[in-house]
Amino acid sequence: MTAQSAAISETDIHDYVDGGLAQERRGEVETFLSGNPQEQARVRSYQEQNRILHAFFDPVLAEPIPAKWQTSARRWPFPAKAVAAALAWIVVGGLLGWFLRGEITSRSAKDVDFARQAALAHTVYTPEVRHPVEVTAEQEEHLVNWLSKRLGGKLRVPHLADLGYELVGGRLLPGDQGPVAQFMYQEPSGKRLTLYVKTDPSSERETAFRYSQQGKVAVFYWLDRRLSYALSGELQKDELLRVANVIYQRLNP
Amino acid sequence: MKRFLARSRGPHQNERGVETIVADADGIITYIPQLRRYARALTGDFTSAEDLVQDTIERGWKRMALWRPGSDLRAWLFTIMHNLYVNQLKAGRRRTSQGIGHNEVDLPVSPAQDNQLELIDLNKFLQRLPHEQREVVLLIGLEQLSYDEAARVLGVPIGTVMSRLSRGREQLRSMMNRGSSAAQLKVIK
Repeated sequence: MTAQSAAISETDIHDYVDGGLAQERRGEVETFLSGNPQEQARVRSYQEQNRILHAFFDPVLAEPIPAKWQTSARRWPFPAKAVAAALAWIVVGGLLGWFLRGEITSRSAKDVDFARQAALAHTVYTPEVRHPVEVTAEQEEHLVNWLSKRLGGKLRVPHLADLGYELVGGRLLPGDQGPVAQFMYQEPSGKRLTLYVKTDPSSERETAFRYSQQGKVAVFYWLDRRLSYALSGELQKDELLRVANVIYQRLNP
Repeated sequence: MKRFLARSRGPHQNERGVETIVADADGIITYIPQLRRYARALTGDFTSAEDLVQDTIERGWKRMALWRPGSDLRAWLFTIMHNLYVNQLKAGRRRTSQGIGHNEVDLPVSPAQDNQLELIDLNKFLQRLPHEQREVVLLIGLEQLSYDEAARVLGVPIGTVMSRLSRGREQLRSMMNRGSSAAQLKVIK
């Protein structure tokens, strides 16, 4: 046992499992573990626990949100008179949302649902500091092979570094009809984009870019035969469209 | 209520306040999927979980005035959910260890056979943990809160969080080792 490994605490062990340690400290914990099979087994078991928790409960994230919750969050009556104006605004917002929603639904509910799912996944995962992705860009080949295998189609991940967006990595998510892949990009300021991809072997459709605003998140989405893509980000529409165009070109050279 | 009083000073502040509240409502909606995931894992029961989310949203909205803009809305909502959950447990309204849910828990675990299709019942194991440990294991392992955040959500010192995490994970580990063969633990790959 080295002097360093002697200093590994119980907190370090858990922090290692939860991915919260700095690179250098991770290395020290790994050195310690390599000489301690029992501790190594314990760490593996804890990592497995986290993985199983996600496998069991992450599908809940994809469940549609009941309308009653969307409205109860918007229309909960405040006792204070001072916020009557606020309520009015909320109702206006709700009505506006409702009308826009009607407009969108009439186009194609299924496609918009895809955009909504993409925006939701974007909202859930982009704030993650410690686990934004399951597989990082350092293992890009493994990432692409793994997700291609799970989605049952050859995926490609476009590089956007020249636009200022570096690939962070990707993860597998549950979708309505099977697994979905999410790739995440980040620019130096920390702003993140996600590219949400699903496969549909039966589809031969191609569509133009379509736009959907989901709360703060703007989404451009399109079908490219067997693959559907949605690019999400808290960006101006023009800026996001520019990135979507580049992605489309790089996927169809 | 401070924010409301402050706002009544002038029309300009009124407008800003209104915007904030609309944004807050959207904020709560944003976190509903995560609140649901946590509630489902915490209660181990669909209906109890949905009720808990419902109560959390309602209380969150009612108390929006007490939330400081700029602070972490997600952690704040988890705190509300934690308080509601603990109150429910105290009031004994929720079916706990004596309830219907537990009959299932008491069923003997079938001895590990060659049946690799049999998946571990994670719910069962989680519900066997003391709720203090279950909360910590889930907030950190599933919801990926930092140890600090978990301590604030639960209103306990970080040392308490760490000891609950250690004990909870170790208990789960021994349940998994006992209840299942290694093959059964592999849910999906």
